[in-house]
Amino acid sequence: MEKIRILIAKPGLDGHDRGAKVVARALRDAGMEVIYTGLRQTPEQIVEAAIQEDVDFIGLSCLSGAHNNLFPRVINLLKEQNAADIKVFGGGVIPQSDIPFLKESGIVEIFGPGTSTEVTVSFIKQLYDERS
Amino acid sequence: MNAAKVDKIVSEVLVGNKRYIARAISMLENESSQAAEIIKGLYPHCGRAHVIGITGPPGAGKSTMVGALVNQFRQSDKKCGIILIDPSSPFTGGAILGDRIRMPEHTTDKGVFIRSMGTRGSLGGLALATRDTVKVLDAAGYDLIIIETVGIGQAETDIVQTADTVVVVSVPGLGDHIQTLKAGVMEIADIFAVNKADTDGASKTVRELKLMIELSNYPAAERPPVIPVSSLKNEGIDKLAGSILELHSQALESGRFEKRRKEQLAIELNEIIRWQLIKRINSKISQHELDVSINELYLHQITPHETAHNILKSLLKGDE
Ligand SMILES: Nc1nc2c(ncn2[C@@H]2O[C@H](COP(=O)(O)OP(=O)(O)OP(=O)(O)O)[C@@H](O)[C@H]2O)c(=O)[nH]1
Ligand SMILES: [Mg+2]
Repeated sequence: MEKIRILIAKPGLDGHDRGAKVVARALRDAGMEVIYTGLRQTPEQIVEAAIQEDVDFIGLSCLSGAHNNLFPRVINLLKEQNAADIKVFGGGVIPQSDIPFLKESGIVEIFGPGTSTEVTVSFIKQLYDERS
Repeated sequence: MNAAKVDKIVSEVLVGNKRYIARAISMLENESSQAAEIIKGLYPHCGRAHVIGITGPPGAGKSTMVGALVNQFRQSDKKCGIILIDPSSPFTGGAILGDRIRMPEHTTDKGVFIRSMGTRGSLGGLALATRDTVKVLDAAGYDLIIIETVGIGQAETDIVQTADTVVVVSVPGLGDHIQTLKAGVMEIADIFAVNKADTDGASKTVRELKLMIELSNYPAAERPPVIPVSSLKNEGIDKLAGSILELHSQALESGRFEKRRKEQLAIELNEIIRWQLIKRINSKISQHELDVSINELYLHQITPHETAHNILKSLLKGDE
């Protein structure tokens, strides 16, 4: 039986992962396998871990403001590794005005603070079903 | 098309392509219809790796220890495949797999492959697919395969049936070593590591463990060493790593390795036969027949043993 596998990662230098953990737990409770890699991961580490874990999705959480730099780097590294089938979504503190740029660079969705975890879960399930 | 796909996966795994190694493992975990073909392609290339199991209670520092050991092994350029098992929720089937957090530095090392697995309902400390995942990593050329078990703290018998060398991790202050003995952990250790030796009470724990080993059934020559380490501060890890490798080369020479592998294979074979038999029976018996039999059992008209015997007899006949 197939299971949705998701890597939750925190690129950047900020040291808060409460939000990421809440999302991780919600995804687990929805029956998914969540690989949690911890704080301060480089885009290289995130992409390499995602490949070895054969995940369907990467969830990036960033509070430090470096998302416009870090998120597209993850997308580009995935492309370089022929792993663009792994879809990336984001969360954390991201200004509304940055969202169009991030989506254009390949992030499938941004879940801002206050997004209910149910929204995230059903978005992922739907995307997964569409793909397979 | 499917056949070509299996061929491609097998050949890419054999040259160590991590993307395909990862995909092959997923197919095993998902019990894909191609899983048996993949294993068939890889099996002739298996048998070279040394499989190391790390087990012990929750929070003992197993993941930290795996990270530190891999550091040590990488210094002699041994390629390391790592399998990290965490429990799946019995209610939702979901899991949070968090062991990787303790070894971020190994993620981008070309000579290391790390895979996290949920137990997906399996109870013996490993996942059902762990044994076949070992085959994938073995065929892909990893010299050492290190497995971290779930760490429920009870007898995790699966690991003895999968690893060549089992390290049982203990920590100071856990106190209840009598309970450890009762749970049968005593019997599965090839080596005891007392982790967190940088904290108080480590030497007491070492003494207690040594005493318990003397009182247990190990032949004098096979008594597991007790090694204090601090995985966090990287102290004693060289000694532990050395002991793991040393024990393995002794086992290779003495024939213990071969004996143990053959015992493991007998168990594996037995499990696969049982599994396939049950699958076949389930596919051949109609629900109606089953209901009739169960009703007879309920009315005590026939024993469960007789019923099972009859079902098997008719099925085996049908196969001829
Ligand atoms: N003082 C000290 N702390 C350690 C040592 N090794 C690990 N720890 C700490 O113990 C805690 C648990 O470590 P892990 O490596 O996650 O333990 P584990 O056995 O893998 O845990 P589970 O997988 O959850 O069962 C962490 O906070 C580690 O930093 C050590 O040698 N000394
Ligand atoms: Mg662990």
